[in-house]
Formats: sequence, C-alpha cells, structure tokens
Amino acid sequence: MPSSPNDLLHAPTPPAGHPAPTRGRYAAGVIPYRNMGYWEPDYVPRPTDVIALFRITPQEGVEPEEAAAAVAGESSTATWTVVWTDRLTACDRYRAKAYQVDPVPGTGPGTAQPQQWFARIAYDLALFEEGSIANLSASIIGNVFGFKAVRALRLEDMRLPVALVKTFQGPPTGIVVERERLDKFGRPLLGATVKPKLGLSGKNYGRVVYEALRGGLDFVKDDENINSQPFMHWRDRFLFSMEAVNRAQADTGEVKGHYLNVTAGTVEQMYERAEFAAELGSVIVMVDLVIGYSAIQSMSRWARRHDMILHLHRAGHGTYTRQKAHGVSFRVIAKWMRLAGVDHIHAGTVVGKLEGDPNIVRGVYDTLRESSTAERLDRGLFFDQDWGDLRKVMPVASGGIHAGQMHQLLHYLGEDVVLQFGGGTIGHPMGIAAGATANRVALEAMVLARNEGKDLWNDGAQVLDEAAKSCRPLEAALDTWKDVTFEYESTDTPDVIGTPTVA
Amino acid sequence: MRITQGTFSFLPDLTDAQIRRQIEYALSQDWALAVESTDDPHPRNTYWEMWGQPIFDCTQAEVVMREVEACRRAHPDRYLKVSAFDAKSGWETVRLSFIVQRPAEEPGFQLVRQEGPGRLQRYSLRGYACAHPPGQRYPRKAP
Repeated sequence: MPSSPNDLLHAPTPPAGHPAPTRGRYAAGVIPYRNMGYWEPDYVPRPTDVIALFRITPQEGVEPEEAAAAVAGESSTATWTVVWTDRLTACDRYRAKAYQVDPVPGTGPGTAQPQQWFARIAYDLALFEEGSIANLSASIIGNVFGFKAVRALRLEDMRLPVALVKTFQGPPTGIVVERERLDKFGRPLLGATVKPKLGLSGKNYGRVVYEALRGGLDFVKDDENINSQPFMHWRDRFLFSMEAVNRAQADTGEVKGHYLNVTAGTVEQMYERAEFAAELGSVIVMVDLVIGYSAIQSMSRWARRHDMILHLHRAGHGTYTRQKAHGVSFRVIAKWMRLAGVDHIHAGTVVGKLEGDPNIVRGVYDTLRESSTAERLDRGLFFDQDWGDLRKVMPVASGGIHAGQMHQLLHYLGEDVVLQFGGGTIGHPMGIAAGATANRVALEAMVLARNEGKDLWNDGAQVLDEAAKSCRPLEAALDTWKDVTFEYESTDTPDVIGTPTVA
Repeated sequence: MRITQGTFSFLPDLTDAQIRRQIEYALSQDWALAVESTDDPHPRNTYWEMWGQPIFDCTQAEVVMREVEACRRAHPDRYLKVSAFDAKSGWETVRLSFIVQRPAEEPGFQLVRQEGPGRLQRYSLRGYACAHPPGQRYPRKAP
C-alpha cells in the first residue's frame, strides 16, 4: 500500500544537509520539515536567540535531522502542510532553526535504550513576549510534546538571552536581601514543615510552629496542600501561626517566619490571603507551582510591592521532570521560576528521600544561585547562561533529611540554602523544640568546623559527635536517625561520556 | 534567656582562639571585618554602633582581634559582634556575623500585645533592658 503523502513516517526524506529551498517550496502539499527551513546545520545562533536543547526519541524510521526540524517547526511557525500565508511574513526569521543533533551517549544499538538525540534549536527573540513565562512555555512546550513523529521528547535545558532575561522582574527579594532582612548570615537557614500536614486544628497547628521556632529553626512551613479545609480555615491558621512566630521572636531575639501558604482557587483569593498575612506582619508567604506560571508572576509582583519573601513549593513537578526520556527537566523549571520571580524553590537534597542525583542537583542549585553559569555537561548545563544581575533564588532542601547528615548537606548544598527537617524536627524523641535545637546545634557546629578548615566529608560525623557531648537533644537525634539513608539509583542523571555519577 | 542572633549562638560562647579562626577564614575569603556593639539587641535593630571603620585590606587576624579587645574594654556591658563583608559583585553584603561578647545578664524581650478588631493582635517586642537609657541598660560585669 502506498504511503499517504502526509504520513511523516513514510514521507520521502532526502539526505541530510543544507536545504536549499527549491522553486516548489511554497507549492501546496507536504514536504519534510527539514526542507521547509527548520533544519539549518550551518546556522550560528545569535546572542539574542533563545536556544532550547531537546532530547528526542524519534519514531522508527524518522531520521534525527527530520525529527529535530519537526520539533523546531511545531514549536515555532509550522503546521503539517505548506501554507501560502507564510509568504506574507518574514518567515525565515520566525522559523525556529534546528542546527545540531548529537547522539545521546548510552542509547541506541547495543544498549537497553532506543536511540535518542540531543537537538539544539534556536528561536529568534521576536518570537517571544517580554516578561511572560506563559508565552515562552506555550511556544517551547506548547504543542510539540504530543507530536506523533517523536516517540518521546524532553526539554533538557535552555539558553535564555540577557535581552529576554532583562524583561523579567525576577525574585522579589533574592538571597542577599532576604538575609539582610532576616539578619541571618553565614549559615544555611533552617526550616520544617508542620506534620501531620492535614487534620490539625489552628490552635494545635500553631503549637508546632511555636515549638519549632523557639527551639532554633528560622522558618516553619505550611505544606503544599494545606489551604483552607474543613478542619482549619485559612484565617485561623494565619492568626495562630503568627501568634507562634511573635512568641518565638520574643523568646529568642531573632527574626522568625512561617511560610503562610496562600494558594487558593483564584488569584483574587490568593491576594486576599496574602494581604492578611502582610497585615499580620509575616515576613514570608508561599504558593504552589500548580497555581500556574501567570499566577506565580502575579504573586511575585504582589510580593515585591509588599516587601514579602515568596516561597514556591514545586508541587506537581515530578509528573514531568523525573523521567529522562519525556517531559521537562527541573533545571528548565528552575530557570523559568528565577525569571518568574520566586525567592525560595524546592530543588533537591541529594541525600534525602526524594529524587536527586548529586550532579543534577548541583546544576540546578548553580542555576538558582549564580550570577552566571558556564556550560557543564556533567551537571546537565548545556549552555553558558548570563543572568543579567537578576537576583538569586534560595534553594530549599526538603524531604527525609536529618541532623546526622549535616556534613553531607553542607558539602553538597553549600550555605545559601534552606534545610528543612520536618520529620527530623517534629519526630524527635524529646519533643519538637529539642528537635529544632538538635538541628541548629549540628548546623552551627558544622559551619564552624568547615570555616576552621576541617574536612567535613571525612570527619563530619566526628564533628557531630563532639557537638552532641554538650547538647543532649543532638545526641538523641543522632541515636534515633544515624543509620537512616535513602540509597536508590537516581532516574534523572547526566548523559555524558567519561564522567560517572557517584550517588 | 539567650539571644540567638548571629551564626554561632547555639554553640557555647566562642573562645578567642575560635574567634581568631573564624576571622582567618573571613580573611581567606577576601572579606572585610567589622566590629560592632549595641545595648539594644532588638531583632530589627539593624544598625549597631560601629567600632571605627570596617577593616579593609587586612591580612592579619591579630589586627582584628586587637580591635575586638579594644571594643570589649570600651564596652564591657554590651553585645559585640564581628561581621565579615563581601564586596564582590553579586553579593556586596555581610557573609558571616557572630556574637563575640554578651552581657552577663540577658533579660530578653517583652511581647507587647495590643488587641485589634476581631481576633487581630498587634505585636511588638520591647527589650526589658531598654527601659533604661543607653549606657545603663546592662549591669557591669565584675572586673
């Protein structure tokens, strides 16, 4: 049976190479994407181009250049057939240009994986509206991920030109100003999420907040799904939590905070909740990633107007970031969120209970915290990225971490990070305040030792044992959790030849 | 109570040898050291009294330690902290700050409440010691 002319799997594909548009380029009908101007191997990206790096698993029989061209086409101007209305535009400029495909190491014949390709695609700056993640993402991941000619597709990384970066507000506060407002320098900040995350009344909830803060934490946090349920109305939670915050500030002489989750069904309700938080004197509010990119940008602008730190919980990201063959890598989400403007974002722990290869996590942390990052394939960073003086985002490490891992956490994550010990604070055998004290003492002892030049990687456990001699809560924490580890193979690891990943 | 501002307040008070090692670390990072003191340790009191200018272009921890000592002699009843300032692009802020002296007695803070409409409370912190004028807030340590 002859194949139909619009069936990509069987459409005739001439050999790869620079496609010189022929006289028939705009004749009605279907021609391969690579011949429509979406594959330009000689193209040199301009400094103002957005560049996307996709991992493509083509369907059987589709050549990588054609698959890359199809992705470029479907994420920019193309549709499945030639349209004469292209002739009314400067279409050469608006076409995204796939300009390089490279085989992904460890895939293809002789491996367990079907052949995958890294494709680089450049987009002209004119394709994007200023200051809009919704617009950027609607182009780059809008239609193309359901495209039949690719079996699987993953957006691995993006190079965002400074010209586009500067159209975004970025984090409303940033690491530097957050620390200056809180008067906390030189060490990671400490937090905890209230547990159980659902079911506590406002009064009991505030008790957990108070105990954890007076014991030594800097922050306590609402969980992603605590909003305004029958057991605790949001106003009740805010009032009791701020009572706890103020009591703890009086007890310690330190600035304390509780991330009041203002996530709600509409942006108007979120504004109402956030305004109440500001009226009560909270230094920080939080939203969930599932509220959507535009809602996040709205809340970011609100936070800037109200001198508020904005915490983002990455609820839902695992549905599309975790699997290597298909979806969007978390480093891209991290880049978008730095543009959209959040001050905190959950970004992995390496040693805790949630997914996180050390090199991948390092790449994400660098993306959030550095003024610029250079290409580091072993960390999943495919491009040089200049952030154009956009403020820095504080990464948050949360999920299955405890005081006994303090040296590893400081080693992997550095000091500009919020370490959140939920179970590791609230589950302490001597109580919540003791759990908080154990974490704070372990942290300060470890920073002191690091600054003194001690080798934390090898001697960190001794530093903890030494500190525990004058801190009974730390001793109890170490006894309880010392041997708890989560050693599973990561699913999202860098694919680079010659740099094995040590988990 | 014990005010727990600063990087190391949950540890036992640092010895001079420990303070010196932290200063050496800050110098190794090319940070400028500053000594500051206060008798109003309210958590929002950003501006403690500077003990002279920040010490720029210093390579010897000993120089900073001498300033700590001099400030202690001048203000034996105050809170003292050492801060390390990083002038590098992208930071331009304090990177480390820790208390190196505290008064013998720390009376702490009163949480003052003002009942507002509904269940609203207006909170403010008032240092018990701040009931007295500056200079008379903390009892002198026995010499």
